[in-house]
Amino acid sequence: MNSGDLLLTDNPDWDSGTAELGHMLKPGQLDLSHKVVLYLDGITVSFDGFRALNKLSLTIDAGELRCIIGPNGAGKTTMMDVITGKTRPDEGKAFFGQTLDLTRLSEPEIAHLGIGRKFQKPTIFENHTVFENLELAMKTDKRVWRSLLALLDSAAGDRIAETLQTIRLTAHADRLAGLLSHGQKQWLEIGMLLMQEPRLLLLDEPVAGMTDEETERTGELFLTLAGKHSLVVVEHDMAFVKQLGGKVTVLHEGSVLAEGALEDVQADARVIEVYLGR
Amino acid sequence: MTSSPARTPFIVRLGRSLDARSWLLIGLFAAFALVAVPVMHLLLPPGNPLHLSTYFITLTGKILCYAIVAVAMDLIWGYGGILSLGHGLFFALGGYTFGMYLMREIGRDGSYQSDLPDFMVFLDWKELPWFWTGSDHFLWAVLLVLIVPALIAFVFGYFAFRSRIKGVYFSIITQALTYAAMLLFFRNETGFGGNNGFTDFKRILGYSITAPETRVVLFALSALALIGTLVLARFLVTSKFGRILTAIRDAESRVMFIGYNPLWYKLFVWTLSAMLCAIAGALYVPQVGIINPSEMAVANSIEIAIWVAVGGRGTLIGAVIGAFIVNLAKSWFTVSFPEYWLFFLGTLFIVSTLWLPQGVVGLYRRLRAGRSNRQESANDAEKGAGKARENCGAPASAPLAAAKGASA
Repeated sequence: MNSGDLLLTDNPDWDSGTAELGHMLKPGQLDLSHKVVLYLDGITVSFDGFRALNKLSLTIDAGELRCIIGPNGAGKTTMMDVITGKTRPDEGKAFFGQTLDLTRLSEPEIAHLGIGRKFQKPTIFENHTVFENLELAMKTDKRVWRSLLALLDSAAGDRIAETLQTIRLTAHADRLAGLLSHGQKQWLEIGMLLMQEPRLLLLDEPVAGMTDEETERTGELFLTLAGKHSLVVVEHDMAFVKQLGGKVTVLHEGSVLAEGALEDVQADARVIEVYLGR
Repeated sequence: MTSSPARTPFIVRLGRSLDARSWLLIGLFAAFALVAVPVMHLLLPPGNPLHLSTYFITLTGKILCYAIVAVAMDLIWGYGGILSLGHGLFFALGGYTFGMYLMREIGRDGSYQSDLPDFMVFLDWKELPWFWTGSDHFLWAVLLVLIVPALIAFVFGYFAFRSRIKGVYFSIITQALTYAAMLLFFRNETGFGGNNGFTDFKRILGYSITAPETRVVLFALSALALIGTLVLARFLVTSKFGRILTAIRDAESRVMFIGYNPLWYKLFVWTLSAMLCAIAGALYVPQVGIINPSEMAVANSIEIAIWVAVGGRGTLIGAVIGAFIVNLAKSWFTVSFPEYWLFFLGTLFIVSTLWLPQGVVGLYRRLRAGRSNRQESANDAEKGAGKARENCGAPASAPLAAAKGASA
């Protein structure tokens, strides 16, 4: 996981105007000195000639809550794949903080550095209990030897209990996760993300299939998380996007079409055209 | 995490991974294998109704070795979702590496009265090949048993798991691996006795290999190895490692996203499983008195999977039960109706796949659950799930494991 030394040679803005913020480069650690947690520049991904992402550029500030909207096939999921290391871009740069080159790190390394992803379909461990799901997700040494001898200490137990409370599943701690309702599974997955103490949370349609009340509770939760974490939420539910406030980015055909407050974006002629057809 | 619970001695944690009832059963089994069997075989005269015959000792000793292999298989298949159809290879390699020592122990008592093993004299070889160096030392042989199969498993596993080869593709490659090894060992030039393999063993550590006392000791060692394998496996599957392993089986990419690298987890359990098979093979060869390349035949490896499927995947004890059921049936069938054995084996596999997806252990659990359901109300199931966790991490839900394993 010695990613840092790779980056010394091709740091994106080594001699930028903010050089007076100069500081020691700490290999393998998230550097937020420029207040940017995620930096995508000119990302292009093609599948058999189809350009899923076309020179996509996007920056997310530390502590920001950003919503990403866009029609089907706009490249939202591919963008998340690039950020989490599942897909390698053909061109472009992807940086986590100032120094961590996401295009060169493996999926587990990226997860370990602090990018947590919630999939569209809840993917939890159905044959494990809710408690065990959170235990496995907890930020800790994840090498084999550690896991062989790992025992839960009281601090870890407290963290799990705390998260259980946040996601309102305390009463279900000992149930198999596969027996939870759809909304509860989504909550559990969010809880698993929180256990990793991520700096950046990627949430792919987090309220799909939730009841109105659950959706609202989820929104409240996200708002409390923003600031401490940075959140990127991909969502179709406009009421939910509105509840979250914050900046909205519209993706279309693999690149950014518009960016700004929800009202401004909704008033944008190009956005209306994309959504309503020409 | 260096808080107080982590300082619990390992041996204590090993002990706690099984409940009192399981320890009682293990104690009874140990008493039977280590005390009752020697007494009944060595001290009681053959006419006594309680006398155990040599046939019983060799047959049961052989099945004990098979049971170790079955548990090793259950670890990777039932818990890791990795179906190996080439585990016979590691079993045979353990047998061959220990067999080398047994061949050297023959000394000059072979048919050609040479220092070299008979097959080498027959091939007109003048000296031992380099890889036979040191094979006359018992400890070196034991070391080789542990290292050689583990090394091969590690290298093979590393490349297979790194390339994310899974499911049926992995099974087919393991099958090809054991088949290729069999063809290699069939060749005289390979230096392992060609298609005759090793046989006509005379001694082990200076003691006659056919003496009743030696047989009893080998039987006892096999029983101890099986107990050790079961306890170790049980510890593994109830540890956090085990929970991660079952999580990898169920949703590998999810495990990666929460920061575990499945490669090392799979590689660890895969290599361990191969080592356990090798130990079983090394105990097996002196008891049956022969090892040849047919042990690496594809059918043998498939049979291992059938033992586990019949007993019940993801239960550990099911693997032992399955190994005993199938092999006892085999020894009866191959004597009474030799030509029908393979048909019976095939039928057994189909029946257990269609009607007993969780094997004999699953059937037993279902019958018990059915009985208690009739007595008590349905909401007990909820309480049961709660109790499971109080027992400090029962293996993540074995019943559901079987179904997943099939699709993996």
